[in-house]
Amino acid sequence: MGITFRKETFRDDFTFKNSPEHIRRFPFPFHEDSYMYAVNIEPHVVGPKGSVLENLIDVDEHYVAEMQDRALVLAEDPLRCQSLPHMTLAGWDLLELLMEQQALGYPEHFTLERNGDRWRWINRPLGIDDTFTFGDTSTLPYGPMEYITRQSQGDFCILDQRDGNLWMDAGMVTTQADWSLDFDIGMNFFEWHAPVPLAHEKGIFVRALKFLTNIQQGKPARRLNWTMTINPRLDTSPENYHKWGPDRATVTPENVGDKVHLRVELQSFWRLPRSNGIVFPIRCYLIKMDELVTQPKWARRLHRVIRDLPEELATYKGLTRYRPTLVEWLSKLDDGSATSPGFGPD
Amino acid sequence: MSTGTTKLDVVVSDVVPVNELVTRFHFRRRDGGLLPTFSGGAHVVVEMRDGERTRLNPYSLMGSPLDTREYTISVRRDDVGRGGSLFMHRSVKPGLEMVISYPVNLFSLDLRAKKHLMLAGGIGITPFMAQTAQLAGEGGNFELHYTCRTASLGTYADVLQQRYNRRIRLYHDDREERIDLDRLLSTQPLGTHLYVCGPAGMINWVRDRAASLGWPPETVHYEHFAAPQPGLPFDVTLAVSGKTIHVGEQQSLLEAIEAAGVDPPYLCRGGVCGQCETNVISSDGKFIHNDHWLSEEDHRSGCKIMPCVSRFEGKSLVLER
Repeated sequence: MGITFRKETFRDDFTFKNSPEHIRRFPFPFHEDSYMYAVNIEPHVVGPKGSVLENLIDVDEHYVAEMQDRALVLAEDPLRCQSLPHMTLAGWDLLELLMEQQALGYPEHFTLERNGDRWRWINRPLGIDDTFTFGDTSTLPYGPMEYITRQSQGDFCILDQRDGNLWMDAGMVTTQADWSLDFDIGMNFFEWHAPVPLAHEKGIFVRALKFLTNIQQGKPARRLNWTMTINPRLDTSPENYHKWGPDRATVTPENVGDKVHLRVELQSFWRLPRSNGIVFPIRCYLIKMDELVTQPKWARRLHRVIRDLPEELATYKGLTRYRPTLVEWLSKLDDGSATSPGFGPD
Repeated sequence: MSTGTTKLDVVVSDVVPVNELVTRFHFRRRDGGLLPTFSGGAHVVVEMRDGERTRLNPYSLMGSPLDTREYTISVRRDDVGRGGSLFMHRSVKPGLEMVISYPVNLFSLDLRAKKHLMLAGGIGITPFMAQTAQLAGEGGNFELHYTCRTASLGTYADVLQQRYNRRIRLYHDDREERIDLDRLLSTQPLGTHLYVCGPAGMINWVRDRAASLGWPPETVHYEHFAAPQPGLPFDVTLAVSGKTIHVGEQQSLLEAIEAAGVDPPYLCRGGVCGQCETNVISSDGKFIHNDHWLSEEDHRSGCKIMPCVSRFEGKSLVLER
């Protein structure tokens, strides 16, 4: 049967919506009624049917619209996709990974035929049927990373591993929560994390780097991160701050349910086989408050999390301006009853 | 997060004597599928079931990373070692089912290099077999200098010369041929990266000369697996699991910990990767540190040990395991 891909936008008239089935599979990130930083890394293994973890690379009803939005971002700003010269091999690694995973999880939509280094890739939702030589960049319309990430949901950072560090040497970044590939390209792990408060002093990044440089082939890992976005806008980049920053002043008690979105990132980490690099896909899921509160457990829990969030975290995530309005709106949906443990809806 | 890497069920598809000391082993997947792709310089850990004993030894993959129908390793027989290489030479025959780890690369090519200058000594040639195959496939610029004791012990020298011709330079100890290292290191184009794999003395010599001649440390790469050395037996208390274990003469501390049913993380089992680093709670005696992971300060402090290669002599040792 396959996925019915929605026609929708992430800009201008913002027609993005989740179907009822997609609301239920939303990766709600809070397993209890409060939130604090934690080392929430776990093995990236296949999860329950009907969840976003059913396949290790998830394709959903927003696929076609997200790829159209990515093409619009790239047309305006080609520097959202960059690959330093030594990263081409890692780009081929990523192409193989994404083609294999998408073809494995969604055979009705994607087909990969390999005959030695002669490969045929069929992407039915986007109407693509290309035959090319694996390893020969001249046989593709773009470099291997750009080619496949124009056909894969989520941002992708490819990190080169050398000198005991990781280097942000390639990436496709168009759906980011306020950071810039063009600014970070070529930086090492400590440099690109420099703006994060407190965590350096706690030694968090030293431990995280040790973990990441030891990620093994065939053993990917994942974690969830979250923030909030006003309007279902995928491209909340520093480059376009003038377009989305002012949105945060537009939240009123009347439009909270439609405008305020929980933004969850499913981040995964994979060792790439030929280049020995690491790819870091950052997959963004959006859900508006009206959709989220159709699950009473999530409504109660989100109210408690946002209400009790430490001030520093609220500031870091950019919620300060509309937090009181949001908490007031959510409080009407919280009768104070207990919530069941775990992430899922009741 | 977990012990070691994902495992691969393989069968020995061929055993080929290469010369009087070295034998090559070929592995294929038991289910007939392709093996995982790997990068030049990667190793696998081979599990050897030798009666009651399990040995886990790392070996560099030496086939072409472009061909994943089979993996190949070459094992040099060590008559005075702890027995892993003897087990491979004597007991591993075609058809034997074995378990190996997924590939792990701790000796990766720096793909920014304009030129790759490789120095191999003896059996240290194996990672370069895969790296040269990878670079040749991509039209990469490399040059390999290979020292061996005699022509007949120059493992794969003939194969390499046939494949890469003048990019391979051989030096035979019995003919008093020596690498003119200072000249070699002084005449490389900008952007060259240096790779060395061989006996510890050779690695130290090359690193030392490179440093003296002004090579930036990030352009000098080396593979420095230490095989665990045999030594006097000793007893250890594992405080977390509440066990007391005995480390035999031919056994590594890590193997003894594993034999007691405790599974610390590991990757290289050669004192390089840092995974099995263990805190010392108390000790009365002398540490014999053989790793390349801990700092000299750590070694002096007596607060940490790498159980894959290091040992202990004395009255008591309590570890946080």
